[in-house]
Amino acid sequence: MLALCAMSRITREDVERTADLARLSLSKDEIEAMTHELGQILDHVEQLQALDTEGIEPTAHAIPLATPLRPDRASPGIDPDLAVANAPASDGHAFVVPKVIDGEEG
Amino acid sequence: MKLESLEGQRAALDASEVSSVELVESALVRAEGAGADLGAIVGLRAEAALAAAAGSDARRRAEELRSPLEGAPVVLKDNMVQKGEPTTCASRILESFVSPYDGAMAERLEAAGAIILGRANMDEFAMGSTTENSTFGPARNPWDTSRTTGGSSGGSAVAVSAGITGFSLGSDTGGSIRQPASFCGVVGMKPTYGRVSRWGLVAFASSLDQIGPFTHSAREAAWVLEAIAGHDPRDSTSLPEPAPALESALTGDVKGLRIGLPREYFVDQGAEPGVVEAVRGAVSELESAGAKVVEVALPHTPYVVSTYYLVATAEASSNLARFDGVRYGRRAENVKDLDEMYRRSRSEGFGREVKRRILLGTYVLSAGYFDAYYRKAQQVRTLVRGDFDRAFEACDVIVGPTYPEVAFPIGARMDDPVSLYLGDIYTVSANLAGLPGISVPCGQHQGMPVGMQILGRPLDEATLLRVADAFQRRTDHHEHRPPGSP
Repeated sequence: MLALCAMSRITREDVERTADLARLSLSKDEIEAMTHELGQILDHVEQLQALDTEGIEPTAHAIPLATPLRPDRASPGIDPDLAVANAPASDGHAFVVPKVIDGEEG
Repeated sequence: MKLESLEGQRAALDASEVSSVELVESALVRAEGAGADLGAIVGLRAEAALAAAAGSDARRRAEELRSPLEGAPVVLKDNMVQKGEPTTCASRILESFVSPYDGAMAERLEAAGAIILGRANMDEFAMGSTTENSTFGPARNPWDTSRTTGGSSGGSAVAVSAGITGFSLGSDTGGSIRQPASFCGVVGMKPTYGRVSRWGLVAFASSLDQIGPFTHSAREAAWVLEAIAGHDPRDSTSLPEPAPALESALTGDVKGLRIGLPREYFVDQGAEPGVVEAVRGAVSELESAGAKVVEVALPHTPYVVSTYYLVATAEASSNLARFDGVRYGRRAENVKDLDEMYRRSRSEGFGREVKRRILLGTYVLSAGYFDAYYRKAQQVRTLVRGDFDRAFEACDVIVGPTYPEVAFPIGARMDDPVSLYLGDIYTVSANLAGLPGISVPCGQHQGMPVGMQILGRPLDEATLLRVADAFQRRTDHHEHRPPGSP
């Protein structure tokens, strides 16, 4: 069912760059496999280029809804103890992460 | 009426032939037996469910019933949160997550008196159509355990098909309720986009995701939808309309109703002949009940799968950016800096199909490709919606197969993403266009259930359910049970 003119346009370098954007580290084998599989998928979706969509408005949501407004009133949020309960590392009500800024900054 | 169906349970509860505690006890036994063997149930909350059932029995004695769901056990797909309970999305990255809050479905079901028994297996982050992409292992079809359940809500479909619970909830982004319902021989319904609150549903593709029920009958689906639908201010895409009255619409009357058969759904080299035959038989049944058949056109049908996979993966890549190992979920150990923590946590936590979709979505949104892929897909989405608007000028519902084939063997499609994706041709349009859709068992092919899909106008769940119910009043496909049923 694939287009017969299928020729994978996505390269290993494209996959590596995309993985970098998505903050994914892929093994060599994964990069190889993903290049092949994404190539197959992109070859298929290429069919859309045959459709003339000049002047067609894009649809982001099928059911148009006005952005709802609510009164600007404070209401209780989640209990801070619960908010950090799933944190892999926390200190009081703070999430702990590896140091972001190098020492010389401080 | 037997105790494996919601209607049977309700009748037995009303007649004091069984208590909610007894129903929950036997559902727990069944969940630990068949539910585990079939890879359907991934977590049970036995103690909490029994306590809730005792509360329901007390309400019944006091004649304070909350809804037709009062006292009935239910399982949730493992992507809907309940306070104090795990939610894993069948992913390593959420394997230790415990929800700090109640999602809308947990709240609504409890407010309706239903008893949440536990969590059902699924494809990781709802990405898949086989329930094989699960950290818990694959779910198995009760009709033939060597075959897939469909997906991604496979565990929820099995729960009903195998008689573990009388109803269950799933989520449907491109067919993830309707297709497993078709494979497992039960009713599965995707309501109009925005009908059911997504508050507490882990997001896959936010403009497509919708929660809905699995049941044996359209009547039961109406009860569940009445309980879970309606506006929720915490979901900004929740429709302002109140929950519709649905059971009163089930008149059994389809005289003069116009059934649209899309010519693109009945072409050569479309669905398997056995599937088409079963669906045509069902349409004849509705015709003999007074419905009229008209041919309609959905000319953009060949493009819907491409459109869907571009829109869905773009949205997924954005939604899944939140899994970074900071606030919840898995965090990689021994990392030297924040960036390595993000990369390793995500790479160790996500499975292969999820990574593939994140990559595709990231690619189609990236600089230089956005207009060619993502914007183009959003434009074609407009054309798809236009097809349906025109078709619904000539008909009241659109009928076709839910899926081109019956359940296939586990493992058969693991290495061929494109051919698996193409199977979604009949289901993804409802998500792109926001329409309600239902899959109803309508026969068998190769000993496996076949589903008929009925699509309706936005907000017109009442007509869908009326047609499905009228069909079920005249046929008994929904009463067939797989081997090993209680």
